[in-house]
Amino acid sequence: MGMTMSQKILAKHAGLSEVKEGQLIRAKLDMVLANDITGPVAINEFNKAGFGGVFDKCRISLVMDHFAPNKDIKAATQCKQCRDFAGKYDIVNFYDAGEMGVEHALLPEKGLIAPGELCIGADSHTCTYGALGAFSTGVGSTDMAAGMATGEAWFKVPAAIRFNLHGKLQKYVSGKDVILHIIGMIGVDGALYKSMEFGGDGLSELTVDDRLCMANMAIEAGAKNGIFEVDDQTIAYVKERVNREFEYFTADEDAEYEKVYDIDLGEIKQTVAFPHLPENTRTEEEFGDVKIDQAVIGSCTNGRISDMRAAAEVLKGKRVAAGVRCIVIPATQKIYLQCIQEGLAEIFINAGCVFSTPTCGPCLGGHMGILAAGERAISTTNRNFVGRMGHTESEVYLASPVVAAASAIEGKITGYKG
Amino acid sequence: MNKLTAHGSVHKYGDNVDTDVIIPARYLNTADHKELAAHCMEDIDKDFVNKVKSGDIMVGEANFGCGSSREHAPIAIKESGIACVIACTFARIFYRNAINIGLPILECPQAAKEIKAGDEVDIDFDSGVITDVTSGKTYTAEPFPEFIKDIIDKGGLLNSLKK
Repeated sequence: MGMTMSQKILAKHAGLSEVKEGQLIRAKLDMVLANDITGPVAINEFNKAGFGGVFDKCRISLVMDHFAPNKDIKAATQCKQCRDFAGKYDIVNFYDAGEMGVEHALLPEKGLIAPGELCIGADSHTCTYGALGAFSTGVGSTDMAAGMATGEAWFKVPAAIRFNLHGKLQKYVSGKDVILHIIGMIGVDGALYKSMEFGGDGLSELTVDDRLCMANMAIEAGAKNGIFEVDDQTIAYVKERVNREFEYFTADEDAEYEKVYDIDLGEIKQTVAFPHLPENTRTEEEFGDVKIDQAVIGSCTNGRISDMRAAAEVLKGKRVAAGVRCIVIPATQKIYLQCIQEGLAEIFINAGCVFSTPTCGPCLGGHMGILAAGERAISTTNRNFVGRMGHTESEVYLASPVVAAASAIEGKITGYKG
Repeated sequence: MNKLTAHGSVHKYGDNVDTDVIIPARYLNTADHKELAAHCMEDIDKDFVNKVKSGDIMVGEANFGCGSSREHAPIAIKESGIACVIACTFARIFYRNAINIGLPILECPQAAKEIKAGDEVDIDFDSGVITDVTSGKTYTAEPFPEFIKDIIDKGGLLNSLKK
């Protein structure tokens, strides 16, 4: 029986010629990641277990992004613990304020992930790197600690759901709308324990940034990973950033899928996930009259340069509605600089937006845009659970950068037609 | 850590109990287990920390523990005294994390749906048999694969890696 892309990557890293769904394997890791929240728990476990050292100082990434720049004394203490650990073990990819970005935007940008590689990260959105044809999945801090020490992790080989994309996207419809549409269709546990595999001739319609956004939200359908076929766009993106050999995989013709969905990209409309689950999606004509207090444009889902450009196109020469706070957060220092060089920063500031240094901040209710009781935010982030961005009586609506920017101008949730 | 049996009263929740309600991110500026436990379930059940007794059982329905990878979630539940979580299904990272830190969890859809808040429940982990003493019903959960049983038997992932 044939294997899926994910199964082939797992087989290779387990040193096996073949793996089957449900098989438990131990596999070698190319990258192990943590941030300033999950890192300290992993470090405590690492120290408690008495490991003598790390498996490879070049294959561990520690990114201070969640509550950084340090939001309070406790957050500062957690970053310090990570900094001390990175110093002690000479961790090469330690990213602190001034160099850091939101981890899942930063690692691909820095060339730390290549197609066909196997990565675990103590952050659920580690699944983002599947956009580049890597197998990449979120784990907890104990897995992270074991991974740092041994360079290995255990996996249950997942079954897969295949998404064949075809057709052309409508103008101002993006990867965010596609993934929200899919989660609305299959539900927040629609891909539980499984791989979401994306391919088809519609792939050329999706930029690498679109794919990173879509793979990022695979976890919001419960998936173990999301993975895209590697094409010319992937290779061009990776060649600019990665200078090591890599081998990428395609699914076998006879690979088995639990389900196959054919998705016509041309039929997808601008989509917003209403509170309090990402599956609670509505399209433009169903948005209704939802007044907002805040708009957040950024995060590991939509903080990349194409997202900034899309938001700036909408906001250029306009003003954010009175009573709305619009917070724009480029995901990395490089993107931040690009925003300045391309004149996007000026557009945002002239429109009345906050324009911030990279941080995960508001997405998880950390800092830089917390909501009070009764407040509503439209956000380009990935989760809208109860209390996600602040008070339990606040609400988060998930949308694309274009829809979030247009909504900020109107003061209520609205589609954008140009 | 790895108890062969558990007996306690039930704290019951529904579908998609996410890690943001198990332990809100505003408390993730610490890794201290006791501090985390002090805010366990705060955004879904304010009274949980006052009601919970050591040995109690938590029951959720589908996709328990969805969302973030934060190990702080199973840590907070375990530290609050919960002896076992029963659900129809678990989100996969929560499932891994619970096993890795030695918090017993059982997947048993029928039990998860039928057991009610406040019921007294007995669990035998070796056989996977769950007895609702209040209703008199018994259920059998899926046993763990050997590989995972080995991690649990050795008291969590890191202990299992020690030669």
